[in-house]
Amino acid sequence: MRRQIEGSKAVAETVARCRPAVVAAYPISPQTHIVERLSELVASADLTGCEYLMVESEFGALSACIGASAAGGRTYTATSSQGLLFMAEALPNASGLGLPIVMTLANRAIGAPINIWNDHSDALSQRDAGWLQLFASSNQEAVDLHVQAFAIAERTSLPVMVCMDGFVLTHAMEAIDVPDQDEVDAFLPAFRPRQWLDPDSPVTIGAMVGPDAFTEVKYLMARSQIEALDTVAEVAAEFGSAFGRDSGGLVRPYRTDDAEVVLVVMGSTFGSAQDVVDELRADGVRVGVLAITCYRPWPFDEVREALRGIPRAVVVNRAISVGAGSVLGRDVRLSAEPGTDVLDVVLGLGGRPVTRAALRGLLVDALAGQLPLDELYFADLDHEVIADQLDRDREEVAP
Amino acid sequence: MSLDVRIHGRGGQGVVTAAELLSLAAFDEGLNAQALPSFGSERTGAPVVAFCRIDTAPIRAHDPISAPDVVVVQDPTLLRNGDVLLGLAENGLVVVNSAKDPADLARAGLRLRGNQRAVCLPASDLARERLGRPLPNTALIGAVVALTSVLGLPSLHAAILERFSMADDDVLAANLRLATEAHDLTLEGDRRA
Repeated sequence: MRRQIEGSKAVAETVARCRPAVVAAYPISPQTHIVERLSELVASADLTGCEYLMVESEFGALSACIGASAAGGRTYTATSSQGLLFMAEALPNASGLGLPIVMTLANRAIGAPINIWNDHSDALSQRDAGWLQLFASSNQEAVDLHVQAFAIAERTSLPVMVCMDGFVLTHAMEAIDVPDQDEVDAFLPAFRPRQWLDPDSPVTIGAMVGPDAFTEVKYLMARSQIEALDTVAEVAAEFGSAFGRDSGGLVRPYRTDDAEVVLVVMGSTFGSAQDVVDELRADGVRVGVLAITCYRPWPFDEVREALRGIPRAVVVNRAISVGAGSVLGRDVRLSAEPGTDVLDVVLGLGGRPVTRAALRGLLVDALAGQLPLDELYFADLDHEVIADQLDRDREEVAP
Repeated sequence: MSLDVRIHGRGGQGVVTAAELLSLAAFDEGLNAQALPSFGSERTGAPVVAFCRIDTAPIRAHDPISAPDVVVVQDPTLLRNGDVLLGLAENGLVVVNSAKDPADLARAGLRLRGNQRAVCLPASDLARERLGRPLPNTALIGAVVALTSVLGLPSLHAAILERFSMADDDVLAANLRLATEAHDLTLEGDRRA
């Protein structure tokens, strides 16, 4: 039913309709409203058959989820920023053990300096942890991706992280179609784990693997991640037939045909970018936008296909690899064919808004050949502040 | 049709709630609406901004509103900060929580451009009477509904009933009365002006 509802609440209610057996979480902004709402639903018995575990930390939350999932229960958690980093030790265990846990990551910057606002540093810092990472472009897609995430996780036996922009989506109140219980039940079958810990039929999950077989285990992990691309696409297609909405999948190209410049974005920037593309197209300017919905595994073929024949791709990076450059931009370079220049732009770190004016400026500058190639370009940097600080630094070290 | 409203206030004044009320009222009217929170610090007393977009077309953007049609000022001391009116449309409207009148605000330094106009409503005083607390948001949204003719008072009532559904019956009733009173007072003042 379509309701005017906060993104976090819509996600919590959708997760409840996916009937998790265990929810273990620790509050952290901007994720808190999600687990608060889930705890209310458990307390009021609107969500039954679910154990809500109030744990002492994010590390405890994910560890509890790993135990619950290994015992055969459908398991969910949510976090942000430093909370995800506190889970970091356990993240590769969840994926390495093949446990289909679903997590919401309300994307937030990583400190220091401490900052509670939105960028993609948290998710991208854990891109190699073996979790699937799906990015929601709107609150409707965030809701839909959670239903899909449980299906994808359980079919692949891999954990899935649903990323939604902190505050920008989690705290936005919009009209959202929150799927009804019977719709979710019809789409998402009861969880049938591939293997589980059962005292009557003992197995070992997580045995030590020595040099004799470790490489083979890792190879199979890498292979199953790549195979998961097909499952992500397949589940999105099935969701589309069942719910009549185009949500999820691997990539989302918008008006990229015959474009001279294409923005490449993740998350909520997509909506603003679509508006800007429509405005420029109305003036006859050939531009488009490509949203990456599935960031891990990386959809090589779909990105290559979407950028084929496009002279310039401007990647909007909302996280950086300090000392090396971009994160998303490097993945895009892996896929782009030699005829496409990939321009790397940093925009919207630590909650600085990604405005339509800024996106329009990037497209116009890229068309005019005014964006630097082979350099990480900080598009919304205050150069005066930087110059002042560098001057002060020089004075301080002067004898 | 679209209406972009930016609400300025201080932490604790219900700035985000005001944006949510407006979006709920617009949804009740069958319009598309999006309430976005402050992109700043939310300490009690610190300046806070919230946004509400209302549109007949679907809303895709999630950036802050930079060119509002309406600016709501929940604390008039914020008018000293020039940013409050930044980007306001040439024929834009400023709704100020103040017992003074627009001429007083102009003397105090409020500078309007083009056909912009300011409307004052003693929202904190009204709220103190009705709710026993100086929470100006319900009254100010009542004024916005009266002045913009995009939404009707019944939709605002429906929004209040939904947003404050956890509140006691008397608090709910007081907010409904407050919205009506502020709405009618604003219409009356507007007719006289």
